Amino acid sequence: METVPRPGKGVPLKKDKLQAKRKKPRRYWEEETAPTAAGASPGPPRKKKKNLELRRQKLKNAHNSKKSWSSKKSQVTKKSREQRRPREQKNLREQKKPGSQQSLSGAQDPFPGPAPVPVQKARKFCRIDKSKKLPHSLPKTQSKLEVAEALEEEISIKAARSELLLAEEPGFLEGDDGEDTAKIRQADIVEAVDIASAAKHFDLNLRQFGPYRLDYSRTGRHMTFAGRRGHVAALDWVTKKLMCEINVMEAVRDIRFLHSEALLAVAQNRWLHIYDNQGIELHCVRRCDRVTRLEFLPFHFLLTTASETGFLTYLDVSVGKIVAALNARAGRLNVMAQNPYNAVIHLGHSNGTVSLWSPSVQEPLAKILCHRGGVQAVAVDSTGTLALNCVPQGGLRLMAILLPQPPKCWDHRYMATSGLDHQLKVFDLRGTYQPLSARTLPLGAGHLAFSQRGLLAAGMGDVVNIWTGQGKATLPALERPYLTHRLAGPVHGLQFCPFEDVLGVGHSGGITSMLVPGAAEPNFDGLESNPYRSRKQRQEWEVKALLEKVPAELICLNPRALAEVDVISLEQRKKERMERLGYDPEAKAPFQPKPKRKGRSSTGSMVKRKKKVLEQEHRDKVRQSLEEQQKQQKQQKAKPTGVQPSALDRFVR
Amino acid sequence: MQAAEMNAMRAAEGLLALSQQEELVDLQDYPLSASEDEGDSDGERKHQKLLESIGSLDGKKRWKLAERSEASLKVSEFNVSSEGSGEKLLLSDLLEPAKTSSSLAAVKKQLSRVKSKKAVELPLNKQEVERINREVAFNKTSQTLSKWDPIVLKNRQAEQLVFPLEKEPASFVPIEHVFGSWKARTPLEQEIFNILYKNKQPVTDPLLTPMEKASLKAMSLEEAKMRRAELQRARALQSYYEAKARREKKIKSKKYHKIVKKGKVKKALKEFEQLQKVNPAAALEELEKIEKARMMERMSLKHQNSGKWAKSKAIMAKYDLEARQAMQEQLAKNKELTQKLQVVSESEEEEKGTEEEELLVPDAVNEIQMCTDGPNPWMLRNCNSDAKGEIQKDPEQPPEPMVQEVSESEEEEKPGGEEEVLLQEFEERRSLRKSSELSKNAEPVGSQKTKDSSSQEVLSELKALTQKLNQKNCQSKKQNVNLVKTVLQGQREECAPEEEEPLLLQRPERVQTLEDLEDLDHEEYSQIRELSRPVLEGERTERTTDNQTDASKGKKKEQMIDLQNLLTTKSPSVKSLAVPTAIEELEDEEEKHQKQIIKEAFAGDDVIRDFLKEKKEAVKASKPKDVDLTLPGWGEWGGIGLKPSAKKRRRFLIKAPEGPPRKDKNLPNVIISEKRNIQAAAHQVRLRELMTACSVS
Repeated sequence: METVPRPGKGVPLKKDKLQAKRKKPRRYWEEETAPTAAGASPGPPRKKKKNLELRRQKLKNAHNSKKSWSSKKSQVTKKSREQRRPREQKNLREQKKPGSQQSLSGAQDPFPGPAPVPVQKARKFCRIDKSKKLPHSLPKTQSKLEVAEALEEEISIKAARSELLLAEEPGFLEGDDGEDTAKIRQADIVEAVDIASAAKHFDLNLRQFGPYRLDYSRTGRHMTFAGRRGHVAALDWVTKKLMCEINVMEAVRDIRFLHSEALLAVAQNRWLHIYDNQGIELHCVRRCDRVTRLEFLPFHFLLTTASETGFLTYLDVSVGKIVAALNARAGRLNVMAQNPYNAVIHLGHSNGTVSLWSPSVQEPLAKILCHRGGVQAVAVDSTGTLALNCVPQGGLRLMAILLPQPPKCWDHRYMATSGLDHQLKVFDLRGTYQPLSARTLPLGAGHLAFSQRGLLAAGMGDVVNIWTGQGKATLPALERPYLTHRLAGPVHGLQFCPFEDVLGVGHSGGITSMLVPGAAEPNFDGLESNPYRSRKQRQEWEVKALLEKVPAELICLNPRALAEVDVISLEQRKKERMERLGYDPEAKAPFQPKPKRKGRSSTGSMVKRKKKVLEQEHRDKVRQSLEEQQKQQKQQKAKPTGVQPSALDRFVR
Repeated sequence: MQAAEMNAMRAAEGLLALSQQEELVDLQDYPLSASEDEGDSDGERKHQKLLESIGSLDGKKRWKLAERSEASLKVSEFNVSSEGSGEKLLLSDLLEPAKTSSSLAAVKKQLSRVKSKKAVELPLNKQEVERINREVAFNKTSQTLSKWDPIVLKNRQAEQLVFPLEKEPASFVPIEHVFGSWKARTPLEQEIFNILYKNKQPVTDPLLTPMEKASLKAMSLEEAKMRRAELQRARALQSYYEAKARREKKIKSKKYHKIVKKGKVKKALKEFEQLQKVNPAAALEELEKIEKARMMERMSLKHQNSGKWAKSKAIMAKYDLEARQAMQEQLAKNKELTQKLQVVSESEEEEKGTEEEELLVPDAVNEIQMCTDGPNPWMLRNCNSDAKGEIQKDPEQPPEPMVQEVSESEEEEKPGGEEEVLLQEFEERRSLRKSSELSKNAEPVGSQKTKDSSSQEVLSELKALTQKLNQKNCQSKKQNVNLVKTVLQGQREECAPEEEEPLLLQRPERVQTLEDLEDLDHEEYSQIRELSRPVLEGERTERTTDNQTDASKGKKKEQMIDLQNLLTTKSPSVKSLAVPTAIEELEDEEEKHQKQIIKEAFAGDDVIRDFLKEKKEAVKASKPKDVDLTLPGWGEWGGIGLKPSAKKRRRFLIKAPEGPPRKDKNLPNVIISEKRNIQAAAHQVRLRELMTACSVS
């Protein structure tokens, strides 16, 4: 007897079903039970002498979140159809059944349907508070809300499913039992890691052109650096391919990549210059003069400059317009950092305060007194970038209401500051602005940098110290450093490379690329910042990024507040609108008499006519107000006054 | 009802109109008919016409009704008018003759009948009909279309529509269905099919080759499992057997082997006896076999002089003649037995054998005797090995084989897969036992002392540390606690092996969870907390007693102190391995350093004071202002140096409503701007919009 169910030729459907119904012996290739979700992968061996691992990247693991969007939509529509027309759906199902059940070879899919997702995992990515009930609304709005909710659910499931693809694990450095990791030198690390990772440690000896500042591109693939004495270079630091190298023959104070590695902004002695990756000067922005520090807000396409003259300028790179120029009123600005969570600029001042700025407000959003001496360096934790991405814009306002809270894991925001009082402090940026931890350093940290995973690096003289926390995005414990490294000269620039366990240090002796295991995020979003992208992909990304540009006026301290309902009176709204536009759009144009001929259009008559109209208007107004008053009086009179109070009432208790 | 009346009216009107039309027609027809009858009246008519034409000269057509003044022969039938009669002229009246005649009654009746009959209703206006038709059509179509409403609604609500909407689901037809009607035509196809058939490749139906099918059939999961299990079992058994054999082979005890051999022989005999009973022929064969085996065994050189008896005799042979003889005899026998059989009678054989024996014996004996001078290496080795083996085995072996046997029995009983685990376990146990034995041996000597000393060392070091920390500042109390904890832990862990003890020293630094950190922070800013607590309390009192001013004053004071504390809290300095050196500093660096020093020197309390001042100003600026409407000089004297009275001021002061509390009210080191972000607010959902979204749309 044949036990294998096979696609019968011309066998009617009923028979097929019967065959399927009959319990057939299980084959050796079939799984006994439903496959459980992939268990926790075995962790790296922990007991080795020097457990040292630098993360390696693979292109195939690029986590593309956007693909899931397109497929999800169709699923949603299908779902709604199922609700509406169950009969049709049934028919469809019946038609599909034989096809889906039997494959050509007669073997059955041992794992039919999409992979199951455990609820716990999906909940981790869910951004809706399901316990809250939807507000009562009309069916149209209701349906919209439902669709949004279903969408969100789908997203969370997709995200949970594709979490499996985030195969890379962060690197780590563990000393022997009792060994201090800070004692491990770079040479040891380089010796222990694989060749590819070891190649990421290098020194550039550039003693001629003074202390260097450096910047990594957002993908972490490219590096640019500029010496004080005018040496500007950009290179693909992974392959060590030089893109350009020029001397601008002028003092250079800071350098920064714009949205892609193709453009660099250089703060030169007088003005701000923009070069392309060939070293060709594209622009000279004379409105930004004597710039000391540069920052680039990637989602808003804003280049922020802090100048010696005390101005903070926002330059929209996509349209080449200066969005805002704010006077900080605090003297020379030479300490600046951006908060990646809300794109707020942090400025450090000589009076020990740190002020937070947004281009849409003329005064600082907040001012924090951090140090007794001047602030030397500021750095803001990079967590929360995802939260920024999630803020929906434009049409999906209702959805924004649905998404009040970001997942808790993103909700760690720290700012590290160091001042002339030789203190290093870590502040909580979640509304309280209180120092969470503080340390006194032998020589105050002149430069600070946070890595993607929350490691804090501080440059103190010619030494770089790195502190780490207990896990991702936790407060770095300042008790003892995780790594230390001595450089050839005093540190002048400090930045962690995104998606690579590398810390770039610019100093007076050149550039040093340090290995810092566990510094960077191991998995990157291939559609957002792909280190391996081609030129074409970059161009494509550029277009998309420009389309998704966030308007500069949306920068505020709490980006989530944009999703909240604004409760203001109509008057105030009108006033604000007037303030925003600079004029009253609803104001009536003043009466301008038409010129008349035959000598009747003399100035005197014109004025008379104007006056007449004005008076008429005034009279109308007065009449109206009088009428209103009368009405009110009548109403008051109409009100029953009640019983006349008698003189004896005073004795009533 | 009303409609019916209306219809009736309309019908009547229609009739009237008809009759008028008829008259008109008559009027037009008249000239033709009249020309024949009356030639005279022509002139008059012309005259009339002329008059009419004259009359109509002024543009207005006049319809002059000729008055009927007197009876005349000529009565124009057109000029009959009902004027003055007061009632309408009816048709029946016209028919009525001057005298009533019976002959006309029938006609009258007929007429009345005609009249009583209802006139056919006039068809409605074209427009109206069309309108009605339109209405009906609209209703019908809207009804027919209404069944699509839900679909339209759904499509409108859908986020995305893909056309064509009703897509035929892709049906999965098995390929054999597709190829059912298809036949090979071209020579190439035919060739391919030939090849396929030759190789018994299925073309249509099962799509599995017979081989595959067979394999599928052969390999159901259960079968496969069973087979695998069997194979595993066989393999396991084989391995056990092999292991056992190897072990037994290694056993040097002769006694054991003897016993085994004897047991085997006995077994064989038993079997043989049984065979005899059952199958004599087979038994014979077996007997032969046994015999042969015995012969083979005997033929080997084993039994020449290796027996216990032979050995003892060999020792004795030197001195004892009897023994020598016995030995010789034995050797002779051996020789005899090992000799190749010749087809000779037994007696001859024996004789020859004895002769040869006599020849052969002396050599061997001599050899032995010669060897007695020096130590016999073979003998010696044997003895030594025996002795050693005995010595070694005595303490160790008795337990080991036992264990092994036990394990064997267990292993054999248990199904495959677990054997390895069990073996591992046993090995571990054995090693453990050994180590424990070793350690036991070592323990009494120094372990106690070392432990004690190490723990004491730990304690002393911890004490020293705690002292240091105490000296440093109060902030490190927490660590102290930690240390104490670790001390306790260490005491607890003394029973653990010695290797872990060095770790204990590092514990305090290494074991620090997030909570500990937080605790630390708490400690650090406990002062702040303590100070902020009174602030909170102050607030409470404020609420209860409404005594605002006092509380705010107190608060301000505390704020000052608070901020001072905040910035002056001594934080522990970092113990960096690499302390920065300032040897290689460039000129500008030095300059910078100088500047820094100056700045540091001038940095101080004024920073805090400035900040507080700034904050105060900010608070003041953000507060809604009171409106003072007092006009000086009204109702009282005004002028320079005269202020309006307090009462008046109080009366005309409009107090601004108390705004919401500032966000930085309890944060002394922060000024948070209360200004609204107008630009961002433009993008926010306003309440009215939300209402419309929820209710109107």
